Amino acid sequence: MDFMNPRLPVGDWVNDFLTWFIGAFQWLLDIINFILSGLYEVLYLVFSSPIYLVMIIILAAIAFFAAGWKVALFTLIGFYFVRALDQWDNTMSTLALVIVAVLVALIIAIPLGILAAKVSWVSTVVKPVLDFMQSMPALAYLVPAILMFSIGQTPGAVATIIFALPPGVRLTELAIRQVNTEVVEAGQAFGASSGHILSKIQIPLAMPTIMAGVNQVIMLALSMVVLAGMVGAGGLGGAVVGGIQNVDVPLAVEAGLAVVVIAIFLDRVTAALGRKTPIERARKAAAA
Amino acid sequence: MSVVVKASHVYKVFGKRPNEVIKRLEEGADRKDLTKLGTAAVIDASFEVEEGEIFVVMGLSGSGKSTLIRTLNGLWDTSGGSVEVLGTDISTADSSTLRKVRGKHVSMVFQHFALLPHRTVRENAAYSLEIQGMPKNQRLEKAEEWLKAVGLDGWGDKYPQQLSGGMQQRVGLARALAAETDILLMDEAFSALDPLIRREMQEQLVELQSKLNKTIIFITHDLNEAMFLGDRIAVMRDGRIVQIGTSEEILTQPADDYIAEFVQDVDRTRVLTAASIMRETKATISIEAGPRLAMRTLEDSNSSGLLVLDDNRTVLGMVSDRNVVRAAREGQQTIADIVEKTDLFTVRPETPISELFAPSSAAKVPLTVIDENQRLLGIVPRVALLNSMADPGPATGEIPPVQEASEPVVVSPSAAESDSEDGAAFTDEQATPTEVADASADVESAAGSADEGTGAATRGATDAERGKH
Repeated sequence: MDFMNPRLPVGDWVNDFLTWFIGAFQWLLDIINFILSGLYEVLYLVFSSPIYLVMIIILAAIAFFAAGWKVALFTLIGFYFVRALDQWDNTMSTLALVIVAVLVALIIAIPLGILAAKVSWVSTVVKPVLDFMQSMPALAYLVPAILMFSIGQTPGAVATIIFALPPGVRLTELAIRQVNTEVVEAGQAFGASSGHILSKIQIPLAMPTIMAGVNQVIMLALSMVVLAGMVGAGGLGGAVVGGIQNVDVPLAVEAGLAVVVIAIFLDRVTAALGRKTPIERARKAAAA
Repeated sequence: MSVVVKASHVYKVFGKRPNEVIKRLEEGADRKDLTKLGTAAVIDASFEVEEGEIFVVMGLSGSGKSTLIRTLNGLWDTSGGSVEVLGTDISTADSSTLRKVRGKHVSMVFQHFALLPHRTVRENAAYSLEIQGMPKNQRLEKAEEWLKAVGLDGWGDKYPQQLSGGMQQRVGLARALAAETDILLMDEAFSALDPLIRREMQEQLVELQSKLNKTIIFITHDLNEAMFLGDRIAVMRDGRIVQIGTSEEILTQPADDYIAEFVQDVDRTRVLTAASIMRETKATISIEAGPRLAMRTLEDSNSSGLLVLDDNRTVLGMVSDRNVVRAAREGQQTIADIVEKTDLFTVRPETPISELFAPSSAAKVPLTVIDENQRLLGIVPRVALLNSMADPGPATGEIPPVQEASEPVVVSPSAAESDSEDGAAFTDEQATPTEVADASADVESAAGSADEGTGAATRGATDAERGKH
């Protein structure tokens, strides 16, 4: 190799690796594809089958019980507005995709965060991986994702999961580590098992911070939906990408506004759920 | 009394090579020279705690006391040595045995309360029972009883943050008591509370202990607290236990200069009690006696008044020499009619000296020490009170210097001082014949034994107190 003019074919290596991986683990990719697209299809069906007014009322009811009447009112007006922009089906599709991606991301992120908080070598390994995942441009995930899953919802969901996962892990680890060591010691001192300490002391006390992580995961997932549109995930992302390709300003703006409505809805509802954790309720009772 | 906690040669070293550190320490190395190998938090700690005892571990921060207490219930494993709790070797126990010991035998109270903020006070108090698997209704009921016992009746539905620090620690105490373990570990339990509340909690703890007869191991950095609570005190310094003894022993016979300096600031009026300075008195008379016998007793005891007792030694009052003489002249059969109660001041043996000064200065006669059945235990003449305030110093004649053998064993200036004080008090006493002068007999004996020093006197009193336990 010429030292003055170096060229490392890392991309080729990755490509070779991917080709080998896809060949060797096709069954695994099929399972992932089946689960993700299956979940998406089910959720999309559930969201898009009722008449839109019924769906709006259901969403408003969720908002009301989670966050109160103000957010419920916003939900009513916001989603009615989305329907008026003729983005209803796209919005339900995106909502379904975001929820699938967030659920899977959390199922991975929260246990991983807890493990990282408890086992120091896991933390040491996980940290640089998370840094890598967050700093790698999100678009760069999409190409291998297409290679592995072809186009459709699955590569979009996978790219979204990878991109949205890190804050979930980080904040969970931080949350568990932040729990007052004396309280954990108290659990031990009264003879509690480590499972009991985790479920009855550490997680409840860590909940507000974990919920902040959940909120971050959702927001990052939403920011990925437009990119997911590029790989054929459809939904609002697809509409925005279409708007870019055809220089269709009205379409891009209308789809963009619908994303904003979903974002505000999910943010307010999850933030309110964070305030409904037992420890926050106790704190509120103390302040009253 | 049986030994419930036994620590033998316990070491706890944080760091990568604990065994090497222990070896070097055993060879006589200083822990400061071994910091590269590891931090020795507890070095060669051995002690035994007996059933029903309040054992205080006292030391400044960094002395290793909190680490030591955590080896007693296995929160920290020991690096060397062994810890036995009720016959179970904690240092080698597996985790399920440890959990059982913690649940059944050893509970703990924490410095910053360590309550679960998301649970109500009642649920917090029931926590130890929850871990033991008691059904919900039953454990909440039981928790309520313990909350009542610590004075938190009616606070069960609140959250910990709604309570003041002192009340939160009461919840911590209720939680530990609800476990109904024999042993209670208290890690700086009152240090985070403000002084008034702290005092109140200390008193409550002593009261609860006398009722429940728990074995309590109490960690503190506050010497006054240690002296107030501890039946015995272990003083820790730089990871080592430097002295174990009763508060009087530590106060009067400090093992080294460090402890001597440490106890200098102790308010000894709060440590020493009426029992530790009271004297016997011969100036007593039965209520059934006649005035002539009273006159003879007055003469024998060389005093100007007598304490009047019934058959059970219950204090009924006093008679003065003047009245006895008048009664004899008038030919009365008994002294029952001339008993006075007005000038008599009674105190309990456990009353700290600090509370004796005011009554003693107001009373014309020595304070009378009585037990719970009003029976006479002894008297506290004013001179004894003053004498108790004299610092015994390291060399008090009978007690040999503990460390420096080169120091000559002589009556120290402070002992000489107390001698002259005695003398002055003696003449003072003589000069005021109206006072009940049975004190003077005691003053004589006190003066006679002055070179024995106050140390001896307080040691005798310590024995008296131990008898009380």
